[in-house]
Amino acid sequence: MNFQEILKYFVYAGMIFTVLAGIAAYLTLMERKVLAWIQQRMGPKYVGFKGILQPLADGIKLVIKEDLLPSWSDRTVYWIAPIAVLVPALLMWVAIPITDGIVLDDSDLGLFYITAISVLTVMGLVMAGWGSANKWAVMGGLRAAGQLVSYEIPFIMSILAIAMLAQSLNLTEIVNQQTTFAFILKQPLAFVIFFIAGLAELGRIPFDIHHAESEVVGGPFVEYSGAHWAVFYLAEYMNTFTVAVLTTILFLGGWVWPQMPFEGSLHDFLSILLFMFKTVAVIYLIFWIRGTYPRLRIDQLMAFGWKLLVPLSFLNVVITSIVLFYGFSHFVLSAVSIFLTGVLFYMISNRSKKYDSGETVRIVSSSQVRDNQNFKEPL
Amino acid sequence: MQVSQSQINEDAIDLMINMGPQHPSTHGVFRLVIWVDGEKIQKVEPHIGYLHRGSEKICESESYNQIITLFDRLDYVGNLNNELAFSLAVEKLMDLEIPERAQYIRVILCELNRIASHMLFYGVYGLDAGATTPMLYAFRERERIQELFESVTGARLMHNYIRIGGIKEDVEKDFKEKVHKLIDHLKESIDECDDLLSNNEMFLVRTKDIGIITADEAIDLGLSGPSLRASGVLEDIRVTDSYSIYDRFDFGIPIGSKGDCWDRYFVRVQEMRESIKIIEQALADLPEGEIITPIKGMVRPPKGEVFVRTESPRGDLGVFVVSDGSDKPYRVKVRPPSFVNLQALELMLRDTYLADAVLVLGSIDIIMGEVDR
Amino acid sequence: MPENPDSEEVVETTGAEVSDETSEAKKPEPKKPVRKEREVPTVPVNLDEKSTQLSSFLDTNCPENISPSIGAEADIVTITVDKKNLIEACNYLKNDENLQFNYLSLVTVVDYEAISETFELNYHLVSLKFRHKIAVKCNLPINDLSIPTISEIWTTANWFERESHDLFGVIFEGHPNLSPLLLFEEFEGFPGRKSFPFHDYQEW
Repeated sequence: MNFQEILKYFVYAGMIFTVLAGIAAYLTLMERKVLAWIQQRMGPKYVGFKGILQPLADGIKLVIKEDLLPSWSDRTVYWIAPIAVLVPALLMWVAIPITDGIVLDDSDLGLFYITAISVLTVMGLVMAGWGSANKWAVMGGLRAAGQLVSYEIPFIMSILAIAMLAQSLNLTEIVNQQTTFAFILKQPLAFVIFFIAGLAELGRIPFDIHHAESEVVGGPFVEYSGAHWAVFYLAEYMNTFTVAVLTTILFLGGWVWPQMPFEGSLHDFLSILLFMFKTVAVIYLIFWIRGTYPRLRIDQLMAFGWKLLVPLSFLNVVITSIVLFYGFSHFVLSAVSIFLTGVLFYMISNRSKKYDSGETVRIVSSSQVRDNQNFKEPL
Repeated sequence: MQVSQSQINEDAIDLMINMGPQHPSTHGVFRLVIWVDGEKIQKVEPHIGYLHRGSEKICESESYNQIITLFDRLDYVGNLNNELAFSLAVEKLMDLEIPERAQYIRVILCELNRIASHMLFYGVYGLDAGATTPMLYAFRERERIQELFESVTGARLMHNYIRIGGIKEDVEKDFKEKVHKLIDHLKESIDECDDLLSNNEMFLVRTKDIGIITADEAIDLGLSGPSLRASGVLEDIRVTDSYSIYDRFDFGIPIGSKGDCWDRYFVRVQEMRESIKIIEQALADLPEGEIITPIKGMVRPPKGEVFVRTESPRGDLGVFVVSDGSDKPYRVKVRPPSFVNLQALELMLRDTYLADAVLVLGSIDIIMGEVDR
Repeated sequence: MPENPDSEEVVETTGAEVSDETSEAKKPEPKKPVRKEREVPTVPVNLDEKSTQLSSFLDTNCPENISPSIGAEADIVTITVDKKNLIEACNYLKNDENLQFNYLSLVTVVDYEAISETFELNYHLVSLKFRHKIAVKCNLPINDLSIPTISEIWTTANWFERESHDLFGVIFEGHPNLSPLLLFEEFEGFPGRKSFPFHDYQEW
């Protein structure tokens, strides 16, 4: 390995970090703006034109802030934890393509690599929880371990179904398989499971149980401040972006579906634009859900994952393999998958239908009470 | 090797967690010591008193009209209801006749205050459950009520508006139109509440069958207000032990049946609708005339003692005043509804998870200023 | 100046009168602001129909061994019992099927130390079924501030009694947990009492 090659890797690493950090920073602005629209507010609007420089101001503020170290903390673990969360978030981007050819390493095992790396985030969260020497942090760390590991299974199983359809683990190859039909049309169930499991992996509402502000006071991050806290949030928004990009690549047809017109570089440019549009749409959906739902409880979350998502994702793999083995038309797969998606939604809504609202509270009119016999004299 | 269940339980070490005094969802400086086994709550122990200001003792060295400001600071979300309770007590001691107009304005403002208080509960409860949006919608509505209060009383929170014998000053000429406009807004926004949170599947899953308290337990523990009614006990002091002019209005009393968190939540939401009915009736009958019965010199009630019960947004707010005939009360004792309701927390939290503790605590809607006095 | 001036006299001999020491003997008594003893009226008893019936019911039906004295304050019927009969009286009021006072509203301690050397305990009861109200009163001599707890009859009393123990030093015998509720553990004195100095504290 000569000097030039080493330099090349450093430049690449620097590029990935800078671009992703910028994207993550602006995702915070986007989230605040989207939430503001939902909540009838303005959102940030003073720093720069319409608040466009707000992430910069936040970043500067967080870096300047005092970095506190709890006196009982396990220092090594405490300081390594943010890095252990950030590094996997960056590492995933080695194998993720933006468009045909724009990828660091177009590996044949790209999908495998990504699933392997994404599990590492749990380590960082548990380390942060343990290192903080705070009971809430430990609680949050343990919740994170339970939640992320359980949802890893439906996450991977839904990816597996896609890999079987595409007969490849190479992400560029998977995208190129979708020129006529995006995989969401063939595998809606896998898409729903992937998206829900992805939300849980990210720890976003309604699955933000491990750092729930009103319950465990920020969970593993409770003792962190300043730049180290910022690193956690950088990683979280990077992961949000990653999940959105993966959804686009695996299910929404990446940059090839629908096919863009024109030829040459204009075509490439439009393709990247299409890709970005889909990604932003998925991110918008994630933020929208955040503005709408309360969070679940840990046991409800686990029950949902293990009793509903895991069996359905395995069933999905089995059905996909049967269809592929016997060479049935993919329309059969579509139909079965849509049916199972219906079953999933039915079961979700059935769970809450058990609690029909308004049923338990009735209204007694005051005149009725005033005329009540009990009101009369018993003596 | 076989390990029996009892052996596991003996070996298990519970984790003791301090929830509060500094915790985002304890609604003030309240400390709840929780022993958890994993996520399951084993035992809880509430600690209060961080906000103890000795209000009842201070009352003994203030003149009657000065005490009204102290009552503002007990339940700082339902202030007008608190002022009313104390004024009623002193008026009963002095056997004062209160002008009709003052009575009606008191009722209108108190019911608006109740809506504002329940709106705050609604928003904060959503926040406890993890939904950020309802809070902002609720505070927008509360802001409208607050603005009306500001235009009437001159203050947004600490009104000091209800006086012994009447009210401080008359409302402006366009008061009726303002209130009509306000309640039109409120009607829409309460329906919005239901859309946002009440019928949300995840909210239902989180709050149904959590923190159940039966009617007998509720009565034994002295629960009051919406928390008592949610357990299915028909008790609203506005109707059953009517005070002021509440016996002139027709309105509904929402009654729950299970006594879980969702019932306590929804009883409050329905109560906002009923309060609007009271306001509408009161506005229609609002007479012209005097606003206060003038009292010569200092307020000197005759010697004796009196106990009044009123229905504050949080429940049965009682005031016990002992007068020795001087211009200062001999003893003032408040029956703070939050204080009594908080006692039930231990019972409500049996067989729940740590995450439920937040929701159960939120559902009894405590105000620490009132708990600690 | 008098040899042993106590504080009152110092206050009186101020201003111009101080120079007039020689004629002290002749000088007429310094003008005390003469306050007319205001006649203090009492609150008239004004029982409504239901309370009157309750009062007469108690007059006739109350068991002998409780030996209550039934009175009234403003609009509420009061029943004064001796502290050794308190539990019995409470049980009677709660369990009698014509009374059914199932709801304890308030427990108050009123400090009459300066007047009659007693503390008065007020238990305000409500019957949710029949909408009656009653106040049970019990006098405690200042030198023996112990009284049986009623927290086993109405659980509501638990925290009220802890609070009263905290602020007034009333000892509730048989109470499950009398640890400080509103005050902190190391606090000395009983701030609810009239004798507790009001502004004599240290801020820290």
